[in-house]
Amino acid sequence: MEKFEIIDALAVPLDRPNVDTDAIIPKQFLKSIKRSGFGPNLFDEWRYLGSGEPGMDNTQRTLNPDFVLNNARYQGGGILLARENFGCGSSREHAVWALLDYGFRVVIAPSFADIFFNNCFKNGVLPIILSAERVDRLFTAVTSTPGYRLMVNLPEQQITTHSGDTIHFEVDAFRKDCLIRGLDDIGLTLQYADAIREFEAQRRQTAPWLFKQQD
Amino acid sequence: MPGKTLYDKLWDSHLVRQDADGTALLYIDRHLVHEVTSPQAFEGLRLAGRRPWRVDSILAVPDHNVPTTDRQSGISDPISRIQVETLDNNCADLGITEFSMNDPRQGIVHVIGPEQGATLPGMTVVCGDSHTSTHGAFGALAFGIGTSDVEHVLATQCLIMKKTRSLLVSVDGQLAPGVSAKDVVLAIIGQIGTAGGTGYSIEFAGSTLRNLSMEGRMTVCNMAIEAGARAGMVAVDATTLEYLAERPYAPRGVLRERAEAAWADLHSDPDAEFDRTVTLDAGQLSPQVTWGTSPEMVAGVDAVVPDPDAEPDSVRREGMRKALAYMDLKPGMPITAIRPDHIFIGSCTNARIEDLRAAATAIRGRKVVASIKQALVVPGSGLVKRQAEAEGLDRVFTAAGFEWREPGCSMCLAMNADRLAPGDRCASTSNRNFEGRQGQGGRTHLVSPAMAALAAVTGHFADIRNELN
Repeated sequence: MEKFEIIDALAVPLDRPNVDTDAIIPKQFLKSIKRSGFGPNLFDEWRYLGSGEPGMDNTQRTLNPDFVLNNARYQGGGILLARENFGCGSSREHAVWALLDYGFRVVIAPSFADIFFNNCFKNGVLPIILSAERVDRLFTAVTSTPGYRLMVNLPEQQITTHSGDTIHFEVDAFRKDCLIRGLDDIGLTLQYADAIREFEAQRRQTAPWLFKQQD
Repeated sequence: MPGKTLYDKLWDSHLVRQDADGTALLYIDRHLVHEVTSPQAFEGLRLAGRRPWRVDSILAVPDHNVPTTDRQSGISDPISRIQVETLDNNCADLGITEFSMNDPRQGIVHVIGPEQGATLPGMTVVCGDSHTSTHGAFGALAFGIGTSDVEHVLATQCLIMKKTRSLLVSVDGQLAPGVSAKDVVLAIIGQIGTAGGTGYSIEFAGSTLRNLSMEGRMTVCNMAIEAGARAGMVAVDATTLEYLAERPYAPRGVLRERAEAAWADLHSDPDAEFDRTVTLDAGQLSPQVTWGTSPEMVAGVDAVVPDPDAEPDSVRREGMRKALAYMDLKPGMPITAIRPDHIFIGSCTNARIEDLRAAATAIRGRKVVASIKQALVVPGSGLVKRQAEAEGLDRVFTAAGFEWREPGCSMCLAMNADRLAPGDRCASTSNRNFEGRQGQGGRTHLVSPAMAALAAVTGHFADIRNELN
């Protein structure tokens, strides 16, 4: 996993609440057995006119001119500004893979769905929760200022806005550490393999029916 | 010190270790696997040179991609076929139990787990699927995970996580005839919102819940995720134990007696404290119909489509406008004036035998009206299908003009060939009415099985209570 320290990038405003993972990456693209290549189909149904299927040459498809990712001023964006309950719905990690593959390393919203939030950290994407008022002010600033950038400093837990203001954000200490060091948490967990074995042996004694296979 | 909630008990009994900041290593008893969210996890395991920690904890089944029509010739979509074959190969290589596509026990992962007794009280149950919350109906801690965590559980039998807060949803009152578990959970989501449960695990309790069958409780817990909660659960009682008797994977004989003694404690203590409590009076509940593109956009069948102009919050108002535009509905229109042209009875929410019985009861002797382009019944599993056929339900459906299909996720998310075309409007017993969920441009109204079936024979949403009086 790529390490995360400081990201300085163009902010893209996606102004709608309850953006679900079906919208982030539609189901037909989940048939892939790979982790990469989802970026061109990020927000597929909003981004293109006409339906998309796996294997299509997306460069030949007609873009929806009304969708924010197709707006010339937001090309090359790396920070997604979103509304409440972002990432709700299906557990598909493909949603995070698609955001990352497109180039988003940060999503800022007033709230996130639980599984999506967790999936972000597993892939080097930082989800930042700010108050609805603060997010609202950022929406106003981003939409009224072409070229609006944000600098996200994870070690300092601080966002510096285009105009130089700073915003503090909270992040779980363990997850922060994993992101900054780019750690694989399976390796971390396996450091406790003896404790897991011990727990399991005890459980086998107290709840043997959980270990019994169908006869 | 106050007593423990059911969630506290389940959490504490699975703690391998916990850091001072609350980051915990939680042991996982049951790992359910399907073809869509597992291939990258198995690949990751292989690349790291790792093996599954405990193969006997895993039960795998293909469900999302499988065709619901004749399966003798296999899967025609080559990409879907590769995904299902990848699951078959991973399971064969690693010695994992899989109910493959043509196994009579195959079905939707959240239907077959309980059906087999592979979901038991007191377990932690995970699956790379958000509707894993279904299994909480058994007094289990069950939740969906992403693919990285699927790999983590395969490799370590554990997950790294922090405890959520606890939310008690207490539902009391006698449901009117025809009003079901689906209406209860839609009303709860309508009340607390799709982010209302975010950061919580929900325990559903109260007299209404106690009187629901296990199938009804599964329907309620299934949609806990639609309220944003990590998990939904219901305490163990006699209904739970009765359901589990004689299930293939459930304990028997002496072991069953031991298990039942342990399960007797799987309820919240009378003096347990919850972080938040919500109540719902189910006695007055109408059958529910969603009118928008989020499950919280729901109303009683006797109500009208709401007016965004009456919504004070600007973000929500704009969300309602977008939803009504997508759904092609007008504010003030009676819900009963909405005319679906597709009917889908199926999904992990509502494809169990009781769901099919309720749907069949609503249409017995009647015909699907001409304005309905397609009406599908997709049983939740091969065993549900067989049971329904033994009861003659398939003939009730086919005589009315429904198609009787093979089990799978089908049109709930349209990964297989069953999908809506742009502009189609579906009365669906599934769980999500998101834009494009059932096919790009498709419009979904979430309802109970009886309400979906009734819409098929009337051509519009109608109040099931009037039919049964």
